[in-house]
Amino acid sequence: MRVAIDSKSFGRDEILKDISIALEPGSFTALTGPSGCGKTTLLRILAGLDSDWRGHIEGAERLAYVFQEPRLLPWRSLADNIRLAAEPAGHGAAAEAALAMVGLEGYGDAFPAMLSMGMARRAGLARALAVRPKVLLMDEPFVSLDEAAAAQLRDLTLDLWHKTRPTVLMVTHNLAEAAAMADRVLLLSGRPAAIAADLALDQPRARRDWQWIQGISVRLREAMGNGEATSEPAPAIDKGDAAL
Amino acid sequence: MQPDAKQHGDRGRAGSGLVTVPLSLLALVLIWAALSAFMPADLLPPPLTVLALAADEWRNGDLLFHLGATLARVLAAFVLAMAIGAAIGIALGLSGRANRAFDPWLIVALNVPALVTIVLCYLWFGLTEVAAIAAIAITKIPNVAVTLREGTRALDRDLAEMARLYRFGPAATLRHVILPQLAPFMAAAARSGIALIWKIALVVELLGRSNGVGFQIHLYFQLFDIGRIFVYAIAFILVMQAVELGLLQPWERHASRWRRV
Repeated sequence: MRVAIDSKSFGRDEILKDISIALEPGSFTALTGPSGCGKTTLLRILAGLDSDWRGHIEGAERLAYVFQEPRLLPWRSLADNIRLAAEPAGHGAAAEAALAMVGLEGYGDAFPAMLSMGMARRAGLARALAVRPKVLLMDEPFVSLDEAAAAQLRDLTLDLWHKTRPTVLMVTHNLAEAAAMADRVLLLSGRPAAIAADLALDQPRARRDWQWIQGISVRLREAMGNGEATSEPAPAIDKGDAAL
Repeated sequence: MQPDAKQHGDRGRAGSGLVTVPLSLLALVLIWAALSAFMPADLLPPPLTVLALAADEWRNGDLLFHLGATLARVLAAFVLAMAIGAAIGIALGLSGRANRAFDPWLIVALNVPALVTIVLCYLWFGLTEVAAIAAIAITKIPNVAVTLREGTRALDRDLAEMARLYRFGPAATLRHVILPQLAPFMAAAARSGIALIWKIALVVELLGRSNGVGFQIHLYFQLFDIGRIFVYAIAFILVMQAVELGLLQPWERHASRWRRV
């Protein structure tokens, strides 16, 4: 999948400029950067949810999106939620199997209001995978979970990515999370934002210890500092970094 | 409009109401009986007399015939008002421009007295069934439109986006994303609609029909027969409460069952 964004503005405010990204099939890329820099905007452009921009895009088919809030239909059961998303893609029969994949077997008849935040996030992931996506876009999928639940869901996400191998682009403000999970990290910075760093992480995930992750985080933070040459204060991105 | 708060309030009342409501109604009948002991029977007939009159009206078939005539009018007007009012409300809720253009009309329509609508309908369309049903429906349409406009404005954009991303298509989006969000507003409009419509229907019948509960009440008003006025009034109140409790409330509960955790 590749995208070239010449320009994206909200009103007279230019948000993104001259961004060109090519994602290898089956790769896991993290997109990070200071809050409000346009990460989610970029993801929405890739998803086709925002069409008001200049540039071109190819390979954006069989997309699935894991939203920051799970966006389940509260008046439909979990199985129905998944079936409704998977049916247009021709995989409606696999709703229960998708739930089992994320550890929610037997919850097909439950309504979303009965779930904890962590379970709702799992259901959102199950819905995305039920589409059998070629491209899986994830927007801060682990934010506002307690650290144990977040760690569990990170492992589950990596495990399922290994098994099904969609091309993943995950937005996160958490540099340590990006360093621990991705095989490539893109850093978005500046105003209008451009790609300030593109880091390939070759280290096998099993051998990414705390020290290594900290090292990558520091490099990313420095790159972010260079991109932010203006008088704006340093963005608050440290939150949660040390927790991994 | 806050259908949520309203529903929860009603449900709480229904739970404790199993004992209180019958006791409260019984007290009302007892007060009526006590008062009637001190008043001339033709001004305030006692409950048992009214019950005997009701049995009489039931046996000669009048009660059922006139109740049926009024119910048919109420039903026809209700369906018309809900369909047209919902269509207008949804259209206004979706389009800010249409809403700005037609909101003043809606305010005017809300403030036309029902009596004016009824009289004009009879004058324009004659003393016909069509005029009667149209008059009842027209008085209700603005209320339905306002309620559904609020419901449409409150539609969740995030869910609409999710449905677009996963290619639900228009039919599934309407059925699984939009209508469930509008259902509480439809239910609220339906309940307040029934309450308004059946009262209007009696006035419509009084002014220009030769059957129905309103016509009978008018007839017994001219004959000064207060007992039979009571019979028709109470019978109709009971029927409409049965519709509310037996049809509308269960539907509302079914539509909002996902809210309960």
